[in-house]
Amino acid sequence: MTEDQPRLIVEDLAKSFGGVLALSGVSLQAHPRKILSIIGPNGAGKTTLINGISGVFTPDRGKVTLDGRPISGLAPHKVARAGVARTFQNVALFGGMTVLENLMLGRNSKMRASVLSCGLFWGRAQREEISHRRQVEKFIDFLGISDIRKQPAGSLPLGLQKRVELGRALVAEPKVLLLDEPMGGMNLEEKESMARYILDVIETTDTAVVLIEHDMGVVMDISDQVIVLDQGVKIAEGTPQEVRANPTVIEAYLGQTHAA
Amino acid sequence: MLNRETATFKRSYAEDMALYPLPLQRVTIAVIILVAFVAFPFVASVYMLGLANLIGIAALGAIGLNILVGSTGQISIGHGAFMSVGAYTAAVLSSRYGVPWWGAILGGGSMSALVGTFFGIPSLRIKGLYLAISTLAAQLIIEWVLNHVTWISGGVGAVIYVDKPSVFGLALKSNLAMYYFIYVFLAIGVVFALNILRTHIGRAFIAVRDRDVAAEIIGINIFRTKLTSFAISSFYAGVTGVLYTYYYGMANYEAFNLTISIQFLAMVIIGGLGSVLGSILGAIFITLLPIVLDTVLGSVGRMFMDAAAVASISTSLQLMLFGGLIMFFLVVEPDGLSKLWRNVKDYFRVWPFPYL
Repeated sequence: MTEDQPRLIVEDLAKSFGGVLALSGVSLQAHPRKILSIIGPNGAGKTTLINGISGVFTPDRGKVTLDGRPISGLAPHKVARAGVARTFQNVALFGGMTVLENLMLGRNSKMRASVLSCGLFWGRAQREEISHRRQVEKFIDFLGISDIRKQPAGSLPLGLQKRVELGRALVAEPKVLLLDEPMGGMNLEEKESMARYILDVIETTDTAVVLIEHDMGVVMDISDQVIVLDQGVKIAEGTPQEVRANPTVIEAYLGQTHAA
Repeated sequence: MLNRETATFKRSYAEDMALYPLPLQRVTIAVIILVAFVAFPFVASVYMLGLANLIGIAALGAIGLNILVGSTGQISIGHGAFMSVGAYTAAVLSSRYGVPWWGAILGGGSMSALVGTFFGIPSLRIKGLYLAISTLAAQLIIEWVLNHVTWISGGVGAVIYVDKPSVFGLALKSNLAMYYFIYVFLAIGVVFALNILRTHIGRAFIAVRDRDVAAEIIGINIFRTKLTSFAISSFYAGVTGVLYTYYYGMANYEAFNLTISIQFLAMVIIGGLGSVLGSILGAIFITLLPIVLDTVLGSVGRMFMDAAAVASISTSLQLMLFGGLIMFFLVVEPDGLSKLWRNVKDYFRVWPFPYL
């Protein structure tokens, strides 16, 4: 598959929740080694869009394809196994488990050892535990979290939790990485290091990144493409410069009077 | 001497994953094995061995139930019935078809796993209290079937008598012989559960318990995980039932009624949810407490009044104290006896520098 072919294609995705139209026909394309940002005011449907891609609900209309294979309507765990990994707006780590166990869970769907093999910790189970541990340790090094790997994830500060959650998505070696506000609630330094990690990801792997973020500085800095949603409708699309200059976008964000 | 991690250096991931990475832990385990298999059986009286046997069987069932309730977060009030499935399968196999003990253990466990998995299917749609009620239905259905289907239970009373297992031609008639029989299975059950919980299957259990939505998004098949947990847990229950059958010499559905299901839940909750050690402590607590209370009340009572008067109040007082102590321990440490033990361990881990 060549570089310029889109990895993830969303076509005309629509979903309403009890009469409220959360998404009305949104399309997008995400490319390998590129960052596609989705911005928009609160309630624009950004998270709904990501949920639609990762299979949390079945869309009313439209379809999602990953490398030409339709994934809309699949159960979430099947979408994940097809190569879509994500993080959550409110961190969804398993707080009682250690950082290491959380990361190992990211690779859980790749492990196939039987109950018997696991119970005896012999043969395939042991081999898998060690080989996947080796892979996970690479990402632990990459994210610089080796000193906290045995700490319960729930005891970490938010910035680190977000980093661990990024790690849990990365260890699955996804084809598409969906990041739902990875910098929410972070200070400037933490945002900078998170941006660095995201850029490193597209440099070192051929993952396609879809990013939801409120910090316009970050979005304009690191995105290759930006999509603007407002009330479930895509109102603009283009490079960061194009979007910044788009009068519809300014209107959606600041209101009619300022735009005039 | 103390349980410290310092100065132990791990050189491979395998070493880091070891069940007992510290020298002290390995020594402790070796001592426990020596005491359990060498020292205790030779000093214990027949009565004490009988108690130890009951504790051993209960601990195995509690470990299994804890995998389901504690680690996977799926409640089951049907475990007594799942035990009876194992018990009757083994009884039918051994008394009617002459199957040896290992066949009865495997057959009883597998049949119970099948039935348990079937009654676990509703867990896809329902959780918590609703699942509790649906497994309660399993309890009642299985009890009814065992009592009324004469092909299984052999008719009136629904009791099937079985011979003691014979290992290498040696019939295990004494309490001592049964002690070794039971504790070998308990040892296997403990190691198996610890291993399951440290591999991908166990992590999936905990993930489903803590955040099922997130678990599904990272690629865990929730339904399959829940059913696996039901299967493993009811396999344990089945083997527990087989051991009860061998120990008592008969399979009787009344010995696996709702009260037993709830008693096992009590073991798991008092011992500590999601902890193998907790299951064992809970089994010891629930099995021994009534007996200890009985002895203490009896001897204290006889100092003040005659034996008949003691007997008349001791039974009810014992029940009240039993309930009271359960409440006391849960208030002191809601996370169970295993947490109490962990607190002690943590205290000595940094002793004498508690501010570390």
